[in-house]
Amino acid sequence: MAHLALIELADDHLILGHRLSEWCGHAPMLEEDLALPNMALDLIGTARTLYDHAATLEDAGRSEDDLAFLRVEREYRNLLLVERPNGDFAQTMLRQLYFAAFMAPFWHAAQDSSDEVVRGVAGKASKEMAYHIRHAGEWVIRLGDGTEESAERMAEAVEELHRFTDELFESSPEAEATETAGVLPSRDRIRAAWDATIAEVFSQAALEVPEVYPQTGGRAGLHGECLGHLLAEMQYLQRAYPGATW
Amino acid sequence: MTETTPLWEVFIRPRNGLAHKHVGSLHAADEVLALQAARDVYTRRGEGSSIWVVPSSAITASDPAAAEELFDPTADKPYRHPTFYDIPDDVGHM
Repeated sequence: MAHLALIELADDHLILGHRLSEWCGHAPMLEEDLALPNMALDLIGTARTLYDHAATLEDAGRSEDDLAFLRVEREYRNLLLVERPNGDFAQTMLRQLYFAAFMAPFWHAAQDSSDEVVRGVAGKASKEMAYHIRHAGEWVIRLGDGTEESAERMAEAVEELHRFTDELFESSPEAEATETAGVLPSRDRIRAAWDATIAEVFSQAALEVPEVYPQTGGRAGLHGECLGHLLAEMQYLQRAYPGATW
Repeated sequence: MTETTPLWEVFIRPRNGLAHKHVGSLHAADEVLALQAARDVYTRRGEGSSIWVVPSSAITASDPAAAEELFDPTADKPYRHPTFYDIPDDVGHM
C-alpha cells in the first residue's frame, strides 16, 4: 500500500515540475528563465526517485516511465494546487510558495522515515524546498509590496489559489497508513510550520490570508480540466511512439 | 529594463581558499534577487561555494584610451618577474 502514497507524492512533484517547465523560453527575463526550470528539475528529480521506489514496492512490472506517461487523468493523484495553470508570474510564484512552504517541513520531518529511500529523498529535497521558499517568497514580497499593478495581480493570485491549500494537509487512506507506519510524516502536523511561513511572507508582502471555501479532490483523482491538457502535452511522445527512448 | 532591474557583476569562489572570480553579469531588482539570480544562472553545475554580487555602477574602470601609458611601461622590466630566482629544492612546489 505504501506505493500508492508515494505515487501521490510523486504526482505532486511531476505535475508542478511540468508546470514550471512550461515557463522555459517564456519567462519575463533570462534570470527567471533559468531559475524556473532549475526549480522544475528539482521537482522532477524527486518525482523520478519516488516513482521508481513506488514501482519497486508495487512489484507489478511497471517502471517510473509507465507511471508518469501511461496513466490517465483519473489515475493521477496530485493536489489540485499543483495542476493549476501558470497564469501570470504572480500566480506561478505564489503557487510555488504554497507548495514549498509545505514540502520543506514535510521533507525535514521525513528525514526520520523508516524507509531508506524516503530518507535519502528527504535529505536532498528539504534543501531544495528551502531554496524554493526563499526564491518564491522574495518574489511574492516584491510583487505584493511593489507597484499598484503588481500588488493587484498578487492579491488576485491569492484569491485564485488560496482555496486549493487546505488539500495540502489532507491524508488519503493510503497516506494515513504510511504515516502510521512511520514511512511519511503526518501531513496534518505540517500546518503550523506552513502557517508561520505564509504569515511571515504575507506580512512583508502586505497581503492578507483570505477566508475561502476549500477545494479538494485531487487525491481521489477528481481533477480540473487543466490537468487533461497538461497530460496531453506531457504524455504525447509516449502515446504517439510507445516505448520511445533517446 | 535597466530602470527597474539594474546590472550586477557576479563573482564566484569555486572552493575555500581560492579567490572570488568574475564570471559575468545579470539583471536584478535588488541585491537579494541578484544573489538568487547569480545562484541560478552561474552555479548550476556546482561551480560555487560563495557568491558576491556588486552593482555594475559601483565599478570604476580604467580608460581603454589610457592603456598605453598605464600598461606599456612594464614591458621592458622583466626583472620584476620572479623567474630569475632559483628556488631551493627544499621549498618544493610553490
